[in-house]
Amino acid sequence: MKNSLRALPDEKGYFGEYGGRFVPDTLMQPLIDLEAAYNAIKDTDAFQNDFAEILKEFVGRPTALTFCANLTAACGGAKIWLKREDLTHTGAHKINNAAGQILLARHMGKKRIIAETGAGQHGVATAAAAARMGMDCVVYMGAEDMRRQEANVFRMRLLGAEVRGVESGSATLKDAVSEAMRDWVTHIDETYYLLGSALGPHPYPMMVRDFHRCIGQEARQQILEAEACLPDEIVACLGGGSNAIGMFHAFLDDADVALTAVEAGGTAIETGHHAARFSGGRTGIFQGMKSYVLQSGEGQIALTDSISAGLDYAGVGPEHAHLMETGRVRYVYAHDDDALAAFETLCKTEGILPALESSHALAYALKRAAEMEKDQILLVNLSGRGDKDMGIVMDKIGKGAAA
Amino acid sequence: MTRIKNVFAQGKAFIPYITAGDPDIATTPEVLKTLADHGADMIELGIPFTDPVADGPTIQKASERALKNPFHMRDIFGLTEKFRNDGYDTPIILMSYANPVFVYGFDAFARDAVAAGIDAALLTDIPPEEAEEYCAAAGKHNLGTVFLCSPTTTPERLARVDTASTAYVYYIARAGVTGARDDLPADVQQALAALKKTLQNPLCVGFGISTPHHASVMARHADGVIVGSALVKLFEEFSGEDLLHKIAEMTAAMKDAIRTAETATEKEAAHA
Repeated sequence: MKNSLRALPDEKGYFGEYGGRFVPDTLMQPLIDLEAAYNAIKDTDAFQNDFAEILKEFVGRPTALTFCANLTAACGGAKIWLKREDLTHTGAHKINNAAGQILLARHMGKKRIIAETGAGQHGVATAAAAARMGMDCVVYMGAEDMRRQEANVFRMRLLGAEVRGVESGSATLKDAVSEAMRDWVTHIDETYYLLGSALGPHPYPMMVRDFHRCIGQEARQQILEAEACLPDEIVACLGGGSNAIGMFHAFLDDADVALTAVEAGGTAIETGHHAARFSGGRTGIFQGMKSYVLQSGEGQIALTDSISAGLDYAGVGPEHAHLMETGRVRYVYAHDDDALAAFETLCKTEGILPALESSHALAYALKRAAEMEKDQILLVNLSGRGDKDMGIVMDKIGKGAAA
Repeated sequence: MTRIKNVFAQGKAFIPYITAGDPDIATTPEVLKTLADHGADMIELGIPFTDPVADGPTIQKASERALKNPFHMRDIFGLTEKFRNDGYDTPIILMSYANPVFVYGFDAFARDAVAAGIDAALLTDIPPEEAEEYCAAAGKHNLGTVFLCSPTTTPERLARVDTASTAYVYYIARAGVTGARDDLPADVQQALAALKKTLQNPLCVGFGISTPHHASVMARHADGVIVGSALVKLFEEFSGEDLLHKIAEMTAAMKDAIRTAETATEKEAAHA
């Protein structure tokens, strides 16, 4: 493992040049304590058994690996397989991390859970996990996102969570993260901050990744059983980076497996209406980490734009910044229109309704599959299901499309 | 750095905080002069930032007002340079989130800040553990450093904070964000007294200090008292001459309360 990409982060929480712990003093000790608590239990049988049990019985793992015969034929190239995170409880991979962290919170004796959410998937997953554990739950959500994702706000409230709208800044995900950090710093003793992506200050990028590694571990075993070989290429969408790193991690040392992450290209890169950190951003320090950040020339954080709220974020997990720099993972983007077209294609060819986030990975995969040989394998992480996106899709492609 | 040492040598310091460029870059020089003329011993000048995680609503809004105009670090250096050229020697401590300074470059920032008459800097989200490059740059250009400690800081980390700081140590009086409060935390006096015994650096305290009474209580143990949100709130209500008048009034009242507390502490010490 010594020279393995899988051995990171180092003891300071760095993946190469990226990561670390950039927070006001008040949060330093709580983060050190969180890291110590996690390190103390993560490899114990008791914790691993509890985690395996909640994944099986509550989350619904393992999730299926589905071969897409129609889509493969339509593209005319590589065999397309989907890892079906859309089939998990609450409808996206986010629940893996919520389940893992809620066990840690319980172990630490915390009674109050806070979380941030963008599209609402992490908020719904956290609310569900907190309800199962009988804990109080407060979810911060940008007021703008609450308007865009009304159904998820209602779901969180049904699951017993208090949803607090954030009006400051751009009233979206980054402002919800800031507000959750402000809540945590004010109520440190009793509160557990259940951060929803593989980003922020150490140990979150490592911990969130660890709880999502089951995606890639299962997929690796499943594809070996089905095809007797590893995929030629694996594709995942990239917001904060949790589904992508969860899928990629088990394959990082398999040099013959190409790994591609797809960011939100929005409407155009040139005009700044996107969230493609690796195409328009550069190194910065933002919300607790050193990583790639979309920002002005003077270091003010830029506004982002994407049809998919889950990819609409100015920063990206530090492990991805390192994997970009080492060249192990290739980072590309897909525009809103391409994601929408891929969304419709998967619905019609395979009877599967993908989340708009996952549709970005599909948009790239459809083009890529056509360039590959027929005996090659392309594996796509279908990170979530698209029920939550019905309103947006109806607005964009018109209700007539379903007639 | 000499200017800061001189202030602490003379007695307890009143340190107001304002956000640069709030509501516009033309107002800031007038505010700096008003503060200096009415009793500010040092001034913390905040760099506006889009995502101020350590700040409550009042200072968040100050950043939003300032960022309605284009932001340039050079404009801030320009106005502190002018403040010095106008003959003011009140120390200025730049307070910023990490990213605008990181993007400017730590070395270039320290060099240009000192050239512009700035005495020290405090980067809110750079703890000593992440400060190696920044501290080296500050040391090279003789820019003072201020690091934060708080009710959650362990003795081990406190030693790192003290070592990394060269101007003073800033104690966050309560676990939470900046913002005016009605009362002070119950155990802050004991905390300050204990810190005072441990720290090599001068000790300044802030977060939630809103009234002259708060300031006088804090001044019993601390070397400096920082008032931010209570002052920044004035920018929401007033502008122009009215704003400067209100700032002058509050500054004088805070300074007066701290001076009274200082005299009382000295008398107690003389009797003991």
